[in-house]
Order: sequence, then C-alpha cells, then structure tokens
Amino acid sequence: MSDQSASNGRISHGSLMVADPRTKKRNAAEARFRAYGIVAISIGVLFLAALAFSILRSGLPAFTQYVAKLEVTLSQEDYDAAESKMLKTAAYTDIFIENFSNALDERGVDVAYDSDAIERILGKVGGDIRGHYREHPDDIGRPVTFQLQTSSRVEGYFKGRVDRESLVDSRFLVKTDLDIVDALTDADILTGRFNWAFIKGTDAGVDNPGGAGIGAAAVGSLFMMLVVLLLSLPIGVAASIYLEEFAPQNKFTDIVEVNISNLAAVPSIVFGILGLSVFIQFMHLPQSAPLVGGLVLTLMTLPTIIISTRASLKAVPPSIRDAALGIGASKMQSVFHHVLPLAMPGILTGTIIGLAQALGESAPLLLIGMVGFVAREFPDGVVSGFLDPNSAMPAQIYTWAARADAGFYEKAWGGIIVLLAFLLTMNIIAIILRRRFERRW
Amino acid sequence: MSTLLIVALVGALAVVGYVLGVRRAMASADGDLRLLHSLKGYYGQNVALLVLVPSLLVLVIWMTVQPLLIEQSVLGMISNTDVAQGSSRSLMMADVRRVADGLDVAVAQGAMSRDAASDVRVDFTNVRERLASVGVAVGSTVTQSTLEAAQKFRALAATGNMIRGIVVLLIAAAGFGYALKQTDKDFRARNVVERGILVLLIAAASIAVLTTLGIVFSLIFNTIDFFESFPGADFFFGTRWEPSFSGRGGASDLGFLPLIWGTLYISIIALVVAVPLGLFAAIYLSEYASNSVRSIAKPVLEVLAGIPTIVYGLFALLTVGPLLVNIFGADGLLGVNWMSGGTAAMTAGLVMGIMLIPFVSSLSDDIINAVPQAMRDGSYGLGATQSETIRQVILPAALPGIVGAVLLAASRAIGETMIVVLGAGAAASLSLNPLEAMTTVTAKIVSQLTGDGEFNSPETMVAFALGMTLFVITLALNVVALIIVRKYREQYD
Amino acid sequence: MNDMRIVKRDVDMNDIKISAKGVQVYYGDTHAIKDVNVEIKDKTVTAFIGPSGCGKSTFLRCLNRMNDTIDICRVEGSIQIEGEDIYDKRVDPVQLRAKVGMVFQKPNPFPKSIYDNVAYGPRIHGLARTKADLDEIVEKSLRRGAIWNEVKDRLHAPGTGLSGGQQQRLCIARAVATEPEVLLMDEPCSALDPIATAQVEELIDELRENFSVVIVTHSMQQAARVSQKTAFFHLGNLVEYGETGQIFTNPQDPRTESYITGRIG
Repeated sequence: MSDQSASNGRISHGSLMVADPRTKKRNAAEARFRAYGIVAISIGVLFLAALAFSILRSGLPAFTQYVAKLEVTLSQEDYDAAESKMLKTAAYTDIFIENFSNALDERGVDVAYDSDAIERILGKVGGDIRGHYREHPDDIGRPVTFQLQTSSRVEGYFKGRVDRESLVDSRFLVKTDLDIVDALTDADILTGRFNWAFIKGTDAGVDNPGGAGIGAAAVGSLFMMLVVLLLSLPIGVAASIYLEEFAPQNKFTDIVEVNISNLAAVPSIVFGILGLSVFIQFMHLPQSAPLVGGLVLTLMTLPTIIISTRASLKAVPPSIRDAALGIGASKMQSVFHHVLPLAMPGILTGTIIGLAQALGESAPLLLIGMVGFVAREFPDGVVSGFLDPNSAMPAQIYTWAARADAGFYEKAWGGIIVLLAFLLTMNIIAIILRRRFERRW
Repeated sequence: MSTLLIVALVGALAVVGYVLGVRRAMASADGDLRLLHSLKGYYGQNVALLVLVPSLLVLVIWMTVQPLLIEQSVLGMISNTDVAQGSSRSLMMADVRRVADGLDVAVAQGAMSRDAASDVRVDFTNVRERLASVGVAVGSTVTQSTLEAAQKFRALAATGNMIRGIVVLLIAAAGFGYALKQTDKDFRARNVVERGILVLLIAAASIAVLTTLGIVFSLIFNTIDFFESFPGADFFFGTRWEPSFSGRGGASDLGFLPLIWGTLYISIIALVVAVPLGLFAAIYLSEYASNSVRSIAKPVLEVLAGIPTIVYGLFALLTVGPLLVNIFGADGLLGVNWMSGGTAAMTAGLVMGIMLIPFVSSLSDDIINAVPQAMRDGSYGLGATQSETIRQVILPAALPGIVGAVLLAASRAIGETMIVVLGAGAAASLSLNPLEAMTTVTAKIVSQLTGDGEFNSPETMVAFALGMTLFVITLALNVVALIIVRKYREQYD
Repeated sequence: MNDMRIVKRDVDMNDIKISAKGVQVYYGDTHAIKDVNVEIKDKTVTAFIGPSGCGKSTFLRCLNRMNDTIDICRVEGSIQIEGEDIYDKRVDPVQLRAKVGMVFQKPNPFPKSIYDNVAYGPRIHGLARTKADLDEIVEKSLRRGAIWNEVKDRLHAPGTGLSGGQQQRLCIARAVATEPEVLLMDEPCSALDPIATAQVEELIDELRENFSVVIVTHSMQQAARVSQKTAFFHLGNLVEYGETGQIFTNPQDPRTESYITGRIG
C-alpha cells in the first residue's frame, strides 16, 4: 500500500508564517461564528436590561402619590353649625375653601378657582373632612393638617399620563384646572409623598385606580406560600427519601419516577383545571380561598422540590451511609440521623426556589377564582386568611393589567416591583444558604 | 363535630400516647434503658403513629366519600319534573347545596333559630330573601322540592359529621389501646416504627401518581360531559370560535382549529427567536467564554427563566406591543399599516421567545458539555478551527440532545398562558399575518373558565376539552423529549 | 513483526524536521517541562518514553500547539519546524495542525460515517476540488491506515461501530488524510488489545516512509519495536535522547538504566 506513496499527490504546506487565503477565510468564518454567540448573549442581556428599565420606569410612580396639604382648625361652633345644615358635606367644603383661600393668600398665590374645580382636583373634600372630625371629635378646636389625595386624572398629569395639549375638557378635568394645580404645586401645597396606601391597600374596584393597593393580595400570597411550604416540604422530602434511599427497582418506582419528570413539565394551567375540578367541584372546598390556591401550587411545586431534594441526597457520599450502617444503625436511622441533615442546606435551597416559582404563578389561580377583584379586604384572622376569598400578587397584577383604565397599568407595574422584590429576597436567601452551607465532597 | 376539633383531639391523644408509651416501656424494664429492645422514644412513636395514621386516614376517606353518598341520596328526591327548563340535575344540586349552606350561615349568624332552619317552608317565608339578608345569594327562587332536598342535605350532613367524629375518635382510641398493650421491654418498637415510616414515605411518593390520576380523571370526565352536549366533529374540525354567552341564546361555534392554529403559530415564532439565540448563547458559553464571562453571563441569562410569566405578559402588552405598533402601525416608522393593535401573535411570540432562551441555552449547554473532550481534540488535531469543530463535530454529536431541548421548549411554549392572555389578543383567527391578534388554547381555557357562563354550559365545559388536548400534546412532547435526552445521555455515560 | 527484536537500524539520515530549544512548559504554577532540547528527524519514528507524569505527552502536545486549548498552559523557548518557530505570533495553529497531525490515546472517531470521518480533514482544509478527488483521498488514506480492506464495503457505516483497533486505525487514516508532514501519536495503543496493538505498530512502521512520526508510549517494548530514536523523559526533564538501540542496550544516564530495568516507573 505504500507503493502509491509520497511524491505523487503530496501537497506542499508552504510557510507557516504566511496565512494562506483559505486559512484567512476560515479564520474570518471563525470570527463571525464567535460574534453570533456574543450577539445572542448580548440580546438576552439587553432584553433583561430593557425589562428592568421598563419595570422601574413605569412602576416606580406607583409608589408616589400626590396630596394637597392644608392645615385646618375647626371650632366647636363651626362644627355644630355644619352638622346642623341640610347639606353637611357642602358645609365642610365651604370650610375647606375658606381655609384654602387663606392659605393661598398667605403664600401670595393668585389663582381663580371654584368649588367644582376643587372637587375635580381633590375629590369630595367635604366628605373627607367631615369623616375625620366625626371619627376624631377630639381634634375639634385644634389645628389638623389634612393630606388630601388628588384625583386620578390630576395624578396622571403629575406622572405624565395626561398632558395639557391633548387634554379634552370634561366633567373630570378641564384645562384651567391644570393652572390651579401648577400654582398649588409652586406654592408647595400639592406635593408628592410615598404611597403607603399602595403597599397596604386592597383592590378598590374598576373605577378607582388611585386607591388600588397590593396589600390584600400580598397577604393572600403569604397564606398560599404557608400552605405550599407546610405541605410540599415534608411530602417532597419524604417522597425523595423513599425514591432515593429505599425504593427497589420495580414497576412502581419506575411509574413514580416517570410521573414526576412528566409532572414537572405539565403546563401550569392544567394544574388550575385539576384544582377547579378536584378541590372545588368535587371536594367543595371554598372558591377563591388561599388554601385551595396553596394546594394547587403544592402539587405544581412538588416535582421541582423532589428533583432538587433527590439531587442533594445523591450528593451525600455513600461512605456516610456505610459508616452509620457499620456501627449498627438501621437504614432508617442512617438516613434520618446522617444523610438528611447533611442534605438539608441543598433541600432548603431547592425548596425556596420552588416557592419562588410558585409565588410568581398566576394562571392556575385564575381558574380557581383567585382573581384580583376579590381582594377587597384583609382577612381578619388565621382561619379566615386561609379560607376567605382573596387574590395573590400575580393574579392581582393580571386583573389590573386587563382593566381598561390606563391608571391601573402603573399599579400593575408597581405590583411587579413588589412581587420581584419578594422573589429577589427569596433567591438571595437561597444563594446565601448555598454559599454558606454547601459542602463539596 | 368540626374537622378541626377532631384533628386536635386525635393530635392530643397522640401526644398523651407518646408519653405513656415511653413510660410503660421504661416501667416494664424497671427503669433500665439497657433492657429495652429499642430506644425508649420508639415506644412512644409507635403509640403516636398508631393513634394518628389509621384515624386520620379514615377521616380523609370519610370526607371524600360522605358528600358523594349524601348527594346520591338527595338527588333521588329531585324528580325529573322538578328540573326546570334549561337547567339540569347538577345545577339543581348546586342550588340545593347553596341553600343548605345558606341555612347554616343563617343559623350561625343567629338570623334563624336551629329549629326554624330545619322547618322552614317556602309557603311561609321567602327563603331566598331571608338567605339574601345573611349574604347568601341563591340563583333562582327556591322551590319546595329544592328546600326539602336542602333540609335533607343538612340533616344527612349533620348526622354524617357526628358519626364521622365518633368513628374517627374510636379508631384513634383503639390504636392507642392496642399500641400501649403491645408496649413491653421486648417489643421490637424500632422495627415496627420504621416499617410505619416507610409506608408513610411510600404514600408521599405516590402523591405524584395521584396527581397525574387527578389530572387525567378531571379532564376525561369533564371532557366526556362536554362531548355529550357538543358534537365532537364540530369541535375538532370547526374553523370558527364564537362562543355565545348565557342570556344571549343561540348556538355557539366552538371550533378548535383557530385556537390550535394560534397556539402553534405563536409557539413557532417563539422558537424561531429562542432556538438560534439560545443555541448560540449555549455554544458561546460552553466553548468560547472565559470563566469570568461565563460566571456572569450564565446566571444573567438564567434570571430570564426565573421571572414570573405575568411580568412577561405585562411587558408584551404594555411595552413590546406598542413598540411594534410604532414600527408596523399606521403612523409607524415603516409607514406601512400592517398592525392595528398592540396585541398580536408577533408580540406574544417575541416575548415568549425571549423567555425561552434560558430553557434552550441551559439544556443545550449541558448537552454540549456532555460531548467528550476527545471529540474536540480529534478535530483540533486535524487542524479544524473552533467553529468548524462546533458545527461539524460537536453539534452533530449533540443533535439528539438539542432536539430534546427544543421539544421541551416547544412544550413550554404551547402550555404558556399569561403571555398569550395578555399579549396575543382575544380574537380567534386562522390568519397567516403574524401582526394580527390571535388567541390560543391556554388563553381560551382561562377566558371560558373565568367568564360568567353557567358552569354546565358547553361554553364553559369546552375548557376541559381544550385542557385535555393541551395535556395530551404537551405530554407527548415531553415524553419524546425525555426519551431522546435519556438515550443521548446514555450514549456518553 | 517479530516481537522483541530491535528494529533494523536503517535510519535515513534525513534533514531535521523539528528542533526544540530550551522548551519550558508551565501549568499554572507547575513547571511541567524543564528546558528540553531535542531534534526530530524526518522519516523517522521517534519514541518518547518515561514514567507517567514525566511530561512526555505534554511535550508532544506542544509540537502542534494542542496545549493552546488549555487556558493555564504556558510555553517558553523555541520549537521550530523546518526553521519556522511555531509559537511565532504569525503562525495560525490551524495551519500548523494541518502540517502536524495527531492521533490520540483513546480512539476518537467522530459520530459520523467512516467516509465522513476521513473526509473531514480534507474538507475543512479544502484539499479536494471534486467528489472524485475526495473519494480518492479517502481511499488512499484508508489504505495508508491499513484498514481499507476491512471497511471498503461499508464506508457509510458509523465510525463508532468499529472495533477498538479498527477505530484507532481509522483515526490514523483520518490524520494522514490531510497529508501532514509530521504525525504525533499519544500512546496510540494504550486502549487496544495485543492483536490490535500489533496491527497498529506494523502500520506505524509503514507510515515512516512518508512521515516523521513521534510516538509517546508507556511501553518500553513498543518503543523498542517501532522507533529508531528514543527520548527518555523523567520529572519534566529530557534525560537522554539517542538511537533506540543504544538507549536500550547501553543507556548513558543511570536514571534511564533504572527505568529500563524496571527500578523506577
């Protein structure tokens, strides 16, 4: 075979110092290929940045609200006089306007307004003031600083949703009102402040984006997470221990394993259907209850927790088990006394990540009735927290996003900031746990 | 007897049992630990387990079975003539249950005395109004037979709950007594307890199977119900999706084709975005990137997978949609009037594609890393550049695994809900134009089940048929993907 | 081939193909190769022997810059092939490796057909203009790899389906298909059974007619059977380099002698 050898067909390789044209071409292709990879990663990173920017830009305003600050002193006579009138709130509105014009004069602001304009800008101030004094009769006769929330259109003006040019005069807002607003802002009567109502509030209905808060939904999420944690951690760990440490190689084990890996990839909405027909239709558990939401999310989270728990158990070297068995411990003792404690940091990390996943899930919750508009009030106790209709943060966000009033969009973005803050915290805890306790064998 | 009370009593009995078990064991060994067969704690655990497990098991079974039995017997009371036009037995049953619950609430709030509640007759008092006064809304006026059924329902439930409490407590007590009697210094408590724990572990592992069964049964039964009232051919081959809702009357068109078309179209757009980006990202990270780049870029990409889908949905609806309209809309950058609203197949597809990047990239990354270094060495040794090695040696070798990853991503895309609910629009259409609103199977499941339709109408039940098809499709994709990936892993193990 | 005989000493006194001067290799902080000087002749089989971890494989991988793929590896000194420094900035390792082919310890056929395995190198280097050219190169290489007769009827079967020895000869055929001038072999027989080893050794002897072959082996018998020149490495040093016969019969360095007689290793 070596007869058809060397000289014929042997190509000369030329000098190594000079790149031949083909090599140049190939190297160019190499550089292009590499660039595709960089471009792909950059697109992912850029998208993430765009997402973060969008969320912050559109969501941060939800944490600010604009209020008119006005100090009012109401004497007992005024109070009695107002209460004796037919139109009581109108009487209070007059009192407010009197104080208001005094305040304007004091600050030297000169702007024309009437009580209708005040109502368009600050809502029904008379009612607010009367409400305060009826609740706190002690305040009569001493100075009280009222912080009156602006109407959602005026708030829109501050936040850029409403602008002078495109504003069409309506009974909600007219152009001249904006002059008043500007004057009041200059006079420091109208100011922005942190919107605690958004954090602490509840959904306030389709026509009140200004008053909408995420608090009740957050409590709903909290109760659901309690259910998920209390059920999925023990069940998940027990199932993993069985599969990893005790299960014999047989049909049943195979079926369970295949089931778990398939369940991990079943669309979340299917779990919603399961919850609707099993927990609500069949078992008649209360609709929209965080307990049911928690049960559905538990079933959804279990595969994730089982998979990560099994990985942590597998990471504990067999020598530990052997050592325990070798000094006469039973198999069960070796697992519960040695393997499980060693695997615990990994298990907890996996559980937190599973919980974070469950916290962000919305589709199945919509099917079992945990939509945003049911989150009208805070539960009044632990049992009521589990059983009374409530929503969850993601479902609340969805409800806001689906509403027609653009004022809710800002709330939806704001809600996302709150939701992501929770997720971030959970993930950071998971990372710290892993960093601190992870053991390399 | 309320469930909570039963559980509390059983729990208390278990605690007492634990203490007594330990004491009795110690006493039988004359206080000498060494004479015991097992550690003393095991004797206590044995008693506690025997108290808790059988009784709570019976409790759970009872709670599932009792409503079924009661319903059966109450249903017998409703004659066919009582079933109003346009209603059905199960609707009547729902009414019965609501009235019964309402009476309970009324009693609890003191609006009705216990006796009054069990005697009320429609002739004397308007039950509907009285229930409304305590905040329970009943759909139609309450008929005599409904009310009687509700009374029976309450009576049966009350008796059932009473017997349930007694039976469960008796079982707990029996377990308590039996276990204590067993307890003796030679009793092999550890072995028994460990066997018990093993059974509990197996039960926990079976929950996965139960979940799957639950999914399958809840889909199958409701789907069968749906096809009883709606022809299967019209569902599977119908090209129009126009459900009519209660009150408006008229038959609905519930064609499946426009929905599956929208689902597939959007998923394909998503994959067209995600597969190249994810694959190139994975290649770059596994073959080119230095450790420091990798340690930053990989987690950053994975953050995309950790973001809840509602966030993507909102982003599609409020950011990407308007952006696309600014480009393709009437006064857009391109000056073409191709897009009228922000919600479109393209909007949802693009955003979903970005969401899927980490799925494709991290799976592919694992798979590419599983290709042995010897392959790379062989190729470099022949003078191949890195990209030639990747394209001609590594990718073909990793192909089955990558196909598996893409199938998993496809199943994710088909099952994704929030992005399409918010980003794709609500109109079902068989259009080819990606800039038009489309809707998907998942979006319609949400809208049909959260709408205000009667639960038993075909317009609502269709959601289960949709869920069934969704489940079957994603399951098939997952199974195929898992088989491919597993085969692939075995090849290099 | 007779097993223990020492190969006929008909070394062509050809030109020096590779000349290495003062080569130092570091893996991170580890000094893996210490000041190695060696000259490798054309149309000769040169064997690198020595205990494991002595640096012989590392040095071999320097000769076609395979060490470039390891981030922490650093090479100093000069390695010249036909007078050109291969670590010069202008040298493209891709071009270098076309000239200096390599065969690895474990047979590593690509998961492709036998034909595609062999055609891979010629394709990426653009050696064939037509399909007929390529067919010819593949056949010639498979013949040179002494495997043509076994696979000519199933060229499109996967290369991974061959036996270990066949796979290794396929890999050799794949390496010679790009017409290299030097062929580096890193323990090519360590994963093979004795019969396959004998076939590969016979092949190596034939390859000498066309190529300069450098082989790393942990088997002294194999070095004695196939090589004309032998270099003995120990703890990163090149201890002794000379005619194979002389190394095995009359080693100059006591360490070589200890190794050959089995006292260190």
